[in-house]
Amino acid sequence: MELFQNLIFGFGVAFSLQNLLYCLIGCLVGTLIGVLPGIGPMATIAMLLPLTYNVPPVAAMIMLAGIYYGAMYGGSTTSILVNLPGETASVITCIDGYQMARQGRAGVALAIAAFGSFFAGTVCTLIVALFGPPLANMALNFGSPEYFSLMMMGLVTAAVLAQGDMLKSLAMVVVGLLLGIVGSDVDSGIKRFCFGFYELADGIGFVIIAVGVFAVGEIISNLSDPEERVVFTSKVGSLYPSREDIRQATPPILRGTALGAFLGILPGTTPSIATFASYMIEKKVARDPARFGRGAIEGVAGPEAANNADAQCKFIPMLTLGIPASGTMALMLGALMIHGITPGPGVMNQKPDLFWGLIASMWIGNLMLVILNLPLIGMWVSLLKVPYRMLFPAIMVFSAIGIYSTNNASFDVYIAGMFGVLGIAWRLLGCSPVPMLLGFVLGPMMEENLRRALQVSEGDPSVFITRPISLAFIVVSLLILAVMTLPAVKKRRGEITG
Amino acid sequence: MKRELRSNKDFWAGMMLIAIGLGAMIIAREYRFGSTLRMGPGFFPVILGAILVLFGLAVVAVGLRSGEKIQGHLSLRALILLPVSLALFGALMELAGFVPALAALVFVSAAAGREFKFVEVLLLMVLLTVASIALFIWGLGLPYPLIKGI
Repeated sequence: MELFQNLIFGFGVAFSLQNLLYCLIGCLVGTLIGVLPGIGPMATIAMLLPLTYNVPPVAAMIMLAGIYYGAMYGGSTTSILVNLPGETASVITCIDGYQMARQGRAGVALAIAAFGSFFAGTVCTLIVALFGPPLANMALNFGSPEYFSLMMMGLVTAAVLAQGDMLKSLAMVVVGLLLGIVGSDVDSGIKRFCFGFYELADGIGFVIIAVGVFAVGEIISNLSDPEERVVFTSKVGSLYPSREDIRQATPPILRGTALGAFLGILPGTTPSIATFASYMIEKKVARDPARFGRGAIEGVAGPEAANNADAQCKFIPMLTLGIPASGTMALMLGALMIHGITPGPGVMNQKPDLFWGLIASMWIGNLMLVILNLPLIGMWVSLLKVPYRMLFPAIMVFSAIGIYSTNNASFDVYIAGMFGVLGIAWRLLGCSPVPMLLGFVLGPMMEENLRRALQVSEGDPSVFITRPISLAFIVVSLLILAVMTLPAVKKRRGEITG
Repeated sequence: MKRELRSNKDFWAGMMLIAIGLGAMIIAREYRFGSTLRMGPGFFPVILGAILVLFGLAVVAVGLRSGEKIQGHLSLRALILLPVSLALFGALMELAGFVPALAALVFVSAAAGREFKFVEVLLLMVLLTVASIALFIWGLGLPYPLIKGI
């Protein structure tokens, strides 16, 4: 079986001392920021990216991935214990998880959440390993027109399914594409949108935009929020679920995993959508729906599994096609590029150690999280007592040094400050910055593929609809757009993404 | 009507999009547009700019119809002091070195918060500076002078 050979190869890579260490660091940092409200995985990955410049790409990606799913685990911990979602994806877990905690069953809720996440993580590691190669092999035959249409489909679906206003999200994709143009044109060498700054000749650094908008912008936004967070600590209680708990939690975990894996592959669906959908399903199929909201274990098990499954399957389009399905995946894609790796189907064949090592590390990381986090829960909770006024200057320090060290240029730090202000303006105007980042990452590749596609077709733009695969991508994008503008769907979408 | 526009969320969002789109198109006029057969450097930005203007117009139209207001609070203090702290960091890295740059960054950014306790900020400043020196200068070997001229 080739699958197992590949997985064994991957585990060989992931089990090197260095990679295990980076996996552990990633998981710990991820849990830490998942526990701490007010700092999300996007800001953290952006902030820590510069630290990985001197690390081999495999280790760097393993660590960044660890931060991502570690944050998912951490987020559920605070949701259950103190009714405080560390991440947006854990909002649903608060409902029944916190009720369980109030009934003295916090330990059981935590254990089920961890087990559900681990199960979903294991299944999705296999799914990524199973579906990754055929998808990448198919994409290897893509020409420029297919690539252009594929990227367009990725961007359209991501913008349409993302949180917030659809029209503005699509517009923000275009803003990102425009920002991606800044710098020297690969074709003609002309410096575009540089305003006379030689520092901009290589384009705006990916880290600068990400840190500016997501770290600095997030801090300004948190400091603007008049509500102070209040923290309670509660007793964890026994960690061991009863046989009845396990019996009740197993079907929701299975359903949540399937749902999360399916939604995860679609670009743009945030884990919040998967958790919300899972909660709704569990409530629907439950024999006694009234228990929900009063500490039903299914309300924790299903969404937590869905959450992790979604997070993990987001790696499939990113690794095999080079299409970021979410903001975090755009960051991972940016990290690949910073390490000199061209994202796309070639990654699997040219860098098998990266591809399979990363997949194997995800399973190891999930295991580490289960083993490490349950005993360490007390420590994580005590971290909640660190007041935000001491936390955000530390984030600023990491951000500033990270940006400065990228090019040893003060100019970059100034630009990041500017993007912090822009980020807050966008938030106030209801324009989500995440689609902007997706557009920014894909912008240069899109222009290049558009140029090449039109050269091959001798200037005939109909090439995008005469090639069947390209046409299929365009039809799917249009269909998604059309479906999402139907009044009934629009209303439901508003309810889910709020 | 005028007063309502001032806080109309989508009106301003649309205006912002139109401004970026128009700006891009105007600047990109200086670059060769080329043809579909040979896209010049101006091709992609002009088309994107035009698309953005269209989006902007649509968003303005939505705003005029719905009249939704800009919501949420904005701490002017944080909005001004955080970018200023970054600017100070950048400038002091060139002029004075790693330690003064960090000290200024921590001090000014801490001042952007709701509470400012002088002793606590001082301690935080020392702690973060020492931690950063250990991690970045000694650990990762970044080549920055701690204090310039020494």
